[in-house]
Amino acid sequence: MPEKYHLKTQAVPPRLPRVGKFGVVDWQEDCARCHNCVKKACVYDRYRHEAEYIRTLQDVDALYFDCMGCFSCVQSCTKNLLRLSINPEYEALGNTYWTPEIIRTTWLQAETAKIPVSGAGYPGPFSGPGFDSMWTDMSEIVRPTRDGIHGREYISTAVDIGRKRSFLGFAGGELTGEDSPLVSIPMPLILDLTSPRHTLPSLEPCLVETASRTDLIALIDAASWPVAGVDPDRCLPHVAFYLRPDGPQVPQEVLKKTRLVEIPDGRDVAKAIRTLKGQCPGLVVAVRVQLDREGVQRAVDLANSDEVEVVHVVADPNGNEVGQDKPRFIKDMIRQIHTSLIETGRRDEITIMAGGGIALPEHMAKAIICGADLVTINLPLLIALECRLCSQCRPGMPCPAKLEQVDRGYAVGRMTNLIAAWHDQLIEVMGAMGMREVRRIRGDVGRAMFFEQLEEESFGKLFGTRRES
Amino acid sequence: MASFSVPEESLREVLPENTLRTRVPQEQVAREIRPAPGRYRNEIAKTLIRRSEACVRCGLCVRLCPHGVHVDKPGYKYFAQPRLDRCIGPACEKTDHYCVARCPQSALHKVENPMVKAMGDYRWTGDMILATWKMAESGDLPPEEFGFQYQVGNSGGGFDRLRLRFPERPPVDVDEGQIDTGIELNNRRDGRPTIRIDVPWYGGGMSFGSVSNVTQLAKARAAVAWNTFTCTGEGGYMERMRPYDDHVITQVATGLFGVREETIQRVPIVEFKYAQGAKPGLGGHLLGDKNTVSVARMREAVLGISLFSPFPFHSVYSIEDHRKHIDWIKHVNPRALISTKVSTPTDVDMVAVGSYAAGTHIVHIDGGYGGTGAAPDIAKKNIAMPIEYAIGRVHRFLEAEGARDRVTLIASGGVRTAHDIAKAIALGADGVVIGTAELVAMGCIRCTRCESGRGCPRGIATTDAQLSAEMDVAWGTQRIINLYNAWRKELVGILRRFGMRRVTELRGRTDLLMHLDYSNDVRVKP
Repeated sequence: MPEKYHLKTQAVPPRLPRVGKFGVVDWQEDCARCHNCVKKACVYDRYRHEAEYIRTLQDVDALYFDCMGCFSCVQSCTKNLLRLSINPEYEALGNTYWTPEIIRTTWLQAETAKIPVSGAGYPGPFSGPGFDSMWTDMSEIVRPTRDGIHGREYISTAVDIGRKRSFLGFAGGELTGEDSPLVSIPMPLILDLTSPRHTLPSLEPCLVETASRTDLIALIDAASWPVAGVDPDRCLPHVAFYLRPDGPQVPQEVLKKTRLVEIPDGRDVAKAIRTLKGQCPGLVVAVRVQLDREGVQRAVDLANSDEVEVVHVVADPNGNEVGQDKPRFIKDMIRQIHTSLIETGRRDEITIMAGGGIALPEHMAKAIICGADLVTINLPLLIALECRLCSQCRPGMPCPAKLEQVDRGYAVGRMTNLIAAWHDQLIEVMGAMGMREVRRIRGDVGRAMFFEQLEEESFGKLFGTRRES
Repeated sequence: MASFSVPEESLREVLPENTLRTRVPQEQVAREIRPAPGRYRNEIAKTLIRRSEACVRCGLCVRLCPHGVHVDKPGYKYFAQPRLDRCIGPACEKTDHYCVARCPQSALHKVENPMVKAMGDYRWTGDMILATWKMAESGDLPPEEFGFQYQVGNSGGGFDRLRLRFPERPPVDVDEGQIDTGIELNNRRDGRPTIRIDVPWYGGGMSFGSVSNVTQLAKARAAVAWNTFTCTGEGGYMERMRPYDDHVITQVATGLFGVREETIQRVPIVEFKYAQGAKPGLGGHLLGDKNTVSVARMREAVLGISLFSPFPFHSVYSIEDHRKHIDWIKHVNPRALISTKVSTPTDVDMVAVGSYAAGTHIVHIDGGYGGTGAAPDIAKKNIAMPIEYAIGRVHRFLEAEGARDRVTLIASGGVRTAHDIAKAIALGADGVVIGTAELVAMGCIRCTRCESGRGCPRGIATTDAQLSAEMDVAWGTQRIINLYNAWRKELVGILRRFGMRRVTELRGRTDLLMHLDYSNDVRVKP
């Protein structure tokens, strides 16, 4: 039995005042001081906690919104003075893709490492764009993990990165040919480069340390090396350098201690790979391809070439095709790449990493079902550190989330917690599908249901042509 | 509340040979519609009327308002808190008794209540919750002048984009009093009892543990009043439920909590729960905080630990194994009908036909957006298909296999209103199972905090003694009875407009539906 992947976690409280969804407003004059709201109606003791919190808070510049929205205080107020409202600060979080709900749930997971659980049915829209237009399947009766929740630790989420053989060749009873190097990580997730506006010197060591602690890999710019305060021997196997042709290079002895590197797409990709392989034969080399108008075709062409073993396709932060008025979404682009490689018979030889728009653990599962081997993330890790995607990051401007001041223990703890929660949720989804290996759901669209297809099958026959929304 | 003591002559019939002969008298609950006002001091209103200091307390507003919004208590210096939940808001502006316009001091101001936006969600909008409360209070449809948009939610798909396609006038004039909303639950004609319920819905499984015993009893008593059913859920069978045995479904789920021969033998229907729409493929969850002394005793479990039901039944690998399960129950209780509750995977149609072949009487499909006491958010949102897709699929497949008229198809998972019920039946279901709507009738506000700690702050989905005591059984029963009455009234109105005398005529009539996102130019044969 292989060793089980289990992350040790502990709660890491937030540094900043929470931004909750609800707030009690309009506390009008004429309060009778009956304390119904404080002592009786609020089963969560929120009012009392709020007072304590504000008393101990050093930087009181925000109200403490941790109301659960049950309306009990509002409806029990002796004088009917209380009103409950959605907190405008909450509504201002993120953007249309990175919704306040995504940010709130990410904060919760980063703090507790727990899977978000709630009562009542799903409260959200019926479906939506992007990943919300597909549902994962489940297996009603026949299950490979027949031990209920206690069998879930036997679900493997490990993936291999690199070139794999399509078949084995033998001559005289001996295996012919040489195996390419493979990198195995216990979860289909890589910590991606942060965008230039989010790159802070204080974050690099946290990302590297988190990758080391979670046994994953962090992609960092070669210019960042050496990363201050990290143990090279321990951390280098968990670092993948992004080597720009015109940027600083990493010493060969350092490179040899890593397992994966990434280079940008370009004319001389094949030559660059050969050079790297010549220097460090044990390295797996990934090529980063931006998913712009030519991105899908370029990814397919690279994957069909002899030199390339890993293609890392990256959409914009919202998962959209870069620079297009009517962009395709990353899930559709992944499906296209995956299907094209199946047609050429190369799919099983190549590793596809996909990034951009992966905001929730379900996106990880869905991207893999659409055809990626693994996903890469960066914004969720920043959100774990209480970034609220205010888009005000400018050189010299103070960050509202004070990301430049994060303590390493806090940052590594929060990011580890988030990764652990994502891992557990991936297992939930796979458990429901009755799948034991994440490698087996790659491209298995039979394990998913797509909005367009269900609509056509269910309603197309009954109601005619679907109108464009 | 009716008395629990029942005369001797109403003792139950002697049951078949190897069925437990219970001597527990069955209680009757009257189907009476009585006002059941909300149990909170302040009801939430759509509109707020603010009174400024300019008020000279002339009392004109009190005299003008026919709804009794303004309250002037004799002997008090100031007006009492207005009954804003009675205010019809914008609809009043065109009348001659609009207090804001008529106030001689211009002391009154009307504002939209910001809380309505904070209430509810895409599926259960604030309007839908408020309207359901009104129906539970009065037993009638919410008055039109309140302007509640309650027949559809705001989810942007499924039931919320489907509409009933009414003819300009009914093809046949039907007396509403003659319209039959009842359905048969045993269509197998296999010698087992024919069970008929008076409305095409029954209450979903909510375990003792996920909800309080008060909630369970209220559901059961309302089921008696309306000659329909409620389900125990997977948490055992309280002794206090026994006077309602004839209207209870015992659920057999994978954890087998509370499943004993006697609890199977007591009831007319036994439900196998293979999966639940809110968490398909994941089994049941009861977090440790809610596993209180009484819950632990009922489930024969250790106090305070989280209880997870495994998934799936470890004795079922195939339809043939499922058949063995059904045969087991049929042997233990020779008068029971069998219901099989499954979720909605891609092959839900195959599962339904397989279940029919295994001998089930009721195929109950629970869609992906169904309710729960606790489920991982990732499961609630992402696993299995919504019920709107599954109903037609299963209905058509059963028809193609020649089994449709020999099995009862029940749908659940997002059925919130009488209009949803009509749409589900028109898509192909015989009836539906409801859950959240009953809780909303009892005051649920969909805050989604049922799962942990002391549980529901509104005393419904909780096992905390203090919180459960916030609601009493008689009130809860009446609220559900009233809601059912309002729903039936609405359903009868729908059937009358279609010129139908029986709700069974509506089954599979997709030609009476239209979808707002489609061209609707396909002629479907009735």
